[in-house]
Amino acid sequence: MTVVTDSTTPAAAKPAPRRRKPLATRAYKVFRVVALIVVVLFLLAPLFWMLLASLKTNVDIYDTAKAVVFSPTFENYANVLQRNNYFVFIFNSFWVAFVSTALSIVLGVPAAYAMSRFTMHRSALVVLMARVIPGVSLLVPWYYVFSNLRMVGSFEVLILSHMFVALPLIVYIMMSYFDSLPLELEESAEVDGLTPIGAFRRITLPLSVAGIATAGILSFIFSWNNFMFALVLSGAKTKTLPVAIFDFVSYASIDWGGLMAAATVVTIPIMIIALFTQKYIVSGLTAGATKG
Amino acid sequence: MSVLNPPRSAGTRNASGRKGTGRSFSAWANRHRKWLFAAPAMVFVGVLIVFPLAWTLYLSLTDSQGSVRAATDFIGLKNYLTVLTDMERFWPAVGRTLAFTGVALAFEVVLGMGIALLLWRPFRGEKWVRVAILLPLVATPVAVGMMWRLIFDPNIGFANQLLGAIGIPPQPWLSGQDTALGTTIFMDVWQWTPMVVLILLAGLTSLSDEPDEAARVDGANAFQRFFYITLPLMMPTVIVAILLRGIDALKTFDILYATKGKGGGSFHEVETLNVYAYGLSFDYNQYGLSSAVLILFFMIIIGIMWLLTMRKKAVSK
Repeated sequence: MTVVTDSTTPAAAKPAPRRRKPLATRAYKVFRVVALIVVVLFLLAPLFWMLLASLKTNVDIYDTAKAVVFSPTFENYANVLQRNNYFVFIFNSFWVAFVSTALSIVLGVPAAYAMSRFTMHRSALVVLMARVIPGVSLLVPWYYVFSNLRMVGSFEVLILSHMFVALPLIVYIMMSYFDSLPLELEESAEVDGLTPIGAFRRITLPLSVAGIATAGILSFIFSWNNFMFALVLSGAKTKTLPVAIFDFVSYASIDWGGLMAAATVVTIPIMIIALFTQKYIVSGLTAGATKG
Repeated sequence: MSVLNPPRSAGTRNASGRKGTGRSFSAWANRHRKWLFAAPAMVFVGVLIVFPLAWTLYLSLTDSQGSVRAATDFIGLKNYLTVLTDMERFWPAVGRTLAFTGVALAFEVVLGMGIALLLWRPFRGEKWVRVAILLPLVATPVAVGMMWRLIFDPNIGFANQLLGAIGIPPQPWLSGQDTALGTTIFMDVWQWTPMVVLILLAGLTSLSDEPDEAARVDGANAFQRFFYITLPLMMPTVIVAILLRGIDALKTFDILYATKGKGGGSFHEVETLNVYAYGLSFDYNQYGLSSAVLILFFMIIIGIMWLLTMRKKAVSK
């Protein structure tokens, strides 16, 4: 009896933490490992190459013998950050992304809530249309209006244009988040004497922190990466990083080291944020995608 | 309950008029919360979208050009006629837009499905693969364009070094008239296949195991199970992925402008509709003409989306 239990217990316990279907053959397992290594290399190698080039002198970049083995230098970064004033552009990018995200959350979260609770699908469609329209078709009229108001190049206009990217994104993500939140919680709060708005403020909002974080992080990333709106609507003092990179190219296109350092400076902050908030980003990007 | 907490309205309303209006405002707000919550966002988006779209429509019927303050004349459908008979820039741009989107999407969906299947069942080191998948997605597109510009440089680029190592002669990549569009498609595939992987993976994990299990019991092999069970069940998710990715691929701008610059290169070799419309508007200030291009572009996007949504409805049934 004891012998039987001794031998069965570990065997029975083992399959549970493992996968439910251990049927993959050994050949498939080997294939899968090789395939995944190829995928990871394909996705990471270019970024690694950019990082390497940013640490090389231009002489070393042209020397194919020094592709991987070279003496690293931070000269390019010093050049980009000091001489080209990148700290200002970093601040601009951060400020525009932060304010446009914050304002979009204030406008978008209640709207998404109402649209989800009262199934306002047609109204939601109006907001989501913003995802479909090519940005240029909005830029022309905006440019008309704001240059007549002499406001092109101001932070206000830049933030407004980035909110246009952020708000539909936030409404989209938050709608699918509120859809998945049980209605009963609010109803019982209303039975206990809270007004509907009170129930939203004191029950639903605190429960939605994860969803709002998801929406906020994604909107920040999209705003940080946005190029076209800033290209037209930013001025010398409000230039954001993606536009600043481009300037770097147009007058010094041969300075590959500096260019790669500039590209790395733009990319690193957003990647660090992404690494720490992985699960939010993934849930945000796939929000509503699997529903019929 | 009612004895301990008598309804407050009777007392407060009599005690002070101010409190009374406050309460009735909150009651009013609660009754109308649907529109109170939704209206600000809708007004914002409406003003930023409906008004510009209407203006674009209006501009497309005028000869507006040069300066945003210049006087304009109403010229009817002349811009549309000019655009639709333009065989040098407009129609090739339409072709490139559709080719770019179609080819990139085909690669992204096939590769994305393959990678999603690899990731489907748990394995060791899953975390690392997920990080690798996330990094291209969040990387700034303009920086990505610059990065590939160095890698695909004909003389010092890593791509040609790699080809040289296996004995293939160097390729012109971005600088070649015939190879530039394909090279930018490759960049799009690198950056956005992960997005398709994430969507399809979410779809796969939400699938029920039972149909697959039953087919396995019946002796179906892995390929049969994928093509006859998993793929049909995944079709709605695949179409969602195509819709989401397709809309953005049609509007691709950043990497094209970053790698080839104004006009999609000196021979317009990567000039898609979006790049063309941008150039007309902000490099040549041909606002009337560019507005006509944009209205046509918008109609193409809506048309494609409508077709896909119809297809999705058919598949979901």
